[in-house]
Amino acid sequence: MATDSTLTMSTPLTAVRLVPTDAFLRRRHLLDRTMRVVLFLAAAVSVLVTAGIIYVLVSESVKFFAQVSIWDFLTDTQWTPVFQDKHFGIMTLLSGTLMSTLIALAIAVPAGTILAIYLSEFARPRVREVIKPFLELIAGVPTVAFGYFALLFLTPIFQKFIPGLATFNLLVPGIVIGIMILPYIVSVSEDAMRAVPDSLREGAFALGFTRLQTGLRVVVPGAFSGITAAFLLGMSRAVGETMVVAVAAGQQAKIAGNPLEGAATITSYIVQLSMGDLPHDSIAYLTIFAAGLTLFLLTFAFNLLAFWLRRRYREAY
Amino acid sequence: MNRAVAPPPPTVTPSHAVTPAEVTYRAQVEDLNFYYGSFQALKNVNLAIADRQVTALIGPSGCGKSTLLRCFNRMHDLYPGNRYEGKIQLHPEDMNIVGSNVDPMQVRLRIGMVFQKPNPFPKSIFDNVASGLLIRGIRDRAVVAERVELALRQAALWEEVMDRLSQSAYGLSGGQQQRLCIARALAPNPEMILFDEPTSALDPIATARIEELIDELRNDYTIVIVTHNMQQAARISNFTAFMHMGHMIEYGATSEFFTNPQHEKTHEYITGRFG
Amino acid sequence: MSTPGLSSSRFDGYSEARLLKRAKWSDGLFAVLGLLVLVATLLVLGALVADFINDGASRIDGDFLTSYPSRRPGSAGILSAWVGTTLVMIVTAALAVPLGVAAGVYLEEYAPKNWVTDFIEINVTNLAGVPSIIYGLLALGLFVQTLAMGQTILVAGITLALLILPILIVATRESLRAIPQDIREASFGLGADQWQTVSGYLLPAARPGILTGAIVGMSRAIGETAPIITIGALTFIAFLPPSPIQSSFPFVNFDWLNSPFTVMPIQMFNWVSRPQAGFHINAAATGLILLAMTLLMNGFAIWLRYRLRRNLR
Repeated sequence: MATDSTLTMSTPLTAVRLVPTDAFLRRRHLLDRTMRVVLFLAAAVSVLVTAGIIYVLVSESVKFFAQVSIWDFLTDTQWTPVFQDKHFGIMTLLSGTLMSTLIALAIAVPAGTILAIYLSEFARPRVREVIKPFLELIAGVPTVAFGYFALLFLTPIFQKFIPGLATFNLLVPGIVIGIMILPYIVSVSEDAMRAVPDSLREGAFALGFTRLQTGLRVVVPGAFSGITAAFLLGMSRAVGETMVVAVAAGQQAKIAGNPLEGAATITSYIVQLSMGDLPHDSIAYLTIFAAGLTLFLLTFAFNLLAFWLRRRYREAY
Repeated sequence: MNRAVAPPPPTVTPSHAVTPAEVTYRAQVEDLNFYYGSFQALKNVNLAIADRQVTALIGPSGCGKSTLLRCFNRMHDLYPGNRYEGKIQLHPEDMNIVGSNVDPMQVRLRIGMVFQKPNPFPKSIFDNVASGLLIRGIRDRAVVAERVELALRQAALWEEVMDRLSQSAYGLSGGQQQRLCIARALAPNPEMILFDEPTSALDPIATARIEELIDELRNDYTIVIVTHNMQQAARISNFTAFMHMGHMIEYGATSEFFTNPQHEKTHEYITGRFG
Repeated sequence: MSTPGLSSSRFDGYSEARLLKRAKWSDGLFAVLGLLVLVATLLVLGALVADFINDGASRIDGDFLTSYPSRRPGSAGILSAWVGTTLVMIVTAALAVPLGVAAGVYLEEYAPKNWVTDFIEINVTNLAGVPSIIYGLLALGLFVQTLAMGQTILVAGITLALLILPILIVATRESLRAIPQDIREASFGLGADQWQTVSGYLLPAARPGILTGAIVGMSRAIGETAPIITIGALTFIAFLPPSPIQSSFPFVNFDWLNSPFTVMPIQMFNWVSRPQAGFHINAAATGLILLAMTLLMNGFAIWLRYRLRRNLR
């Protein structure tokens, strides 16, 4: 058995069979085993994070619901945790969240669908290669910058055209969130559209379909579950978006009915409360975890549904 | 049922290269079955591999020749669901290569392999050839440099690359890359080298160089080569084994094999009636 | 009466020419529509950048970078904010990169097909979609409260590291998946074990892809505001954390990890929330620096990916 020391320069190649020493093999085996465990533990961190999130949200929310009934939480129409007369109606914050999300979707769903069809069915590959990076750049802009843009650039412009638009409102942040989630929706739904096999497209073209007809009647239905997943994922992001609404939508917790007025969302409320210095045993402090749990459950449901839909289209083709 | 089509025990007849007295066996395949999941790809295969000779495995595509070759260094263990039954005895110590108690890495440290497509690492030429040494824990720079040079010389590549050892292996031509992969396999001086259709991705000139190389290597190494090309088998091998649908049909000295096949199927194959 | 043949009713009122014309027209219209949406979207990005340059560029000077925040907008600066951002990013990178790469390697190269692996994968997918502010609540409830680690650079760094972990895991997995199986067979064929294969051949080959993911992740972390607000980072910090380097042995000092801090996005949020226009200019200047950093990082990542794809062909 050869070891490093038995090898010298100018030993013919075939004279020495390089069989590793037992000590080396033992060391190597030990390292291999150890790394396998280390890498597994690193992967398991993601499970710990999820567990940590659920633990924190649930344990603090349990304390909250010990003092406030779930019925009140779901049906009260006022949210005044720091006032003398305390009300904890999550519907107020939820309505703000849903209003801004709906406005965002009203922008991002049509624009995203058009862009995705355009990129996957119309644009030449070269054009697509150039455009997609620019869309990615939008996704890279810090959200607080979008907040500034909404409050100090877009809102004053919009106010010139829309009388009655308040300085803090849900309309402009909603539109800005729509633009923010657009690249994501485009990227996921274009992925789904490109997964539709070319044989289907060729079949449609052979029938005399135009590009647009092929896109709308063959590709979009074929990629339907993937496109739906893209909307759901975009929706989940819009619901969880924080800084744009925290900067530009105002802090007033009320049932949001008019997009021209400002209203707090779940996320902006959490920010608003975190900025202050609340005693950590107060009921007001606990509200941010109850609100956070609501937000988590909402996004979790969207994400799970999207995950399931995407898995389905991946299996289909 | 398998018995009916199993070939007779290998009969080695004199060929241009050896007389029976000289032949010793390096490895012996005994009743080997192999399964990809539930699909049985090898059926009761028996074969003896002569020491320091070239043994060619031929047969129509899908016959199991590559599958058999990849049993010799347990390549199938990389993928889940594969299963071996039977034995491949590695002489002289009679280790069963496919035994469940044998560590596949221990096998691969002794048996080198050259693949169908040249597959150099995305590293320098030098680092590619040194790979097998580093994997074996040899880090003495002078020794590594010496062995790299020797391996490249033996693979007839030294003259072409000596000035650019630190450049990427991807800058070499396909034929050069394949010789680099041979040098990489040679550097640790393995007991046996497996070639899996090593010239199928190369042009005729590069193929001829690889064949010359294999011809030289037979003096020092036990070689098993899978080829889809009967002429190649006839040119470079001492022994030829013909497989069909997972069965070992016939095995013998190459000269005898092509001039006087014993089995009807072999005759049909080498006369080009199927495959 | 016999039914009319299929061929007799081919075009009812339409001529082929008219059909063709309509088809071309609708295709052209949609192409214009797609282009319009695209241009509008890019215009928004352009307007955003222009707005920040317009509002903030003139405010950026040496004093702005070397001054602490102040009650007077004209003399306020972002010294503590950019130092804080730098230090938090060091912690984030030091945690997220090794952890994300290791987890990615495990899931792509080691993980057996079983329910444990499935469970981990679903977890990673889910975490990628959890709103960033939820990570802030996790940090507040777990690190700040339960573990009493305080509102420190370390806590912020850990929080952002967990936040960008999925980005790194996905990037690592994708770049490992792009490596041809040939390379693995070559390595194992030489007698390498799994770790030798991964560390010797796979990780080096995956490095550009991993780097891309790391840059995208870090640019996300730099601009992230919500989770850091939630853990209670202070907005008025008129001092710097202790220096990581000291003149006496052992020359490095880790006290800065436990220091209170502020970061650039928080400083910006604080200024934009004030009514005075002077602070808005400061916010724009801070935002411009942030924007430049994140856009440059993303641009670099895009360029890297583009080069990588070209090399693979």
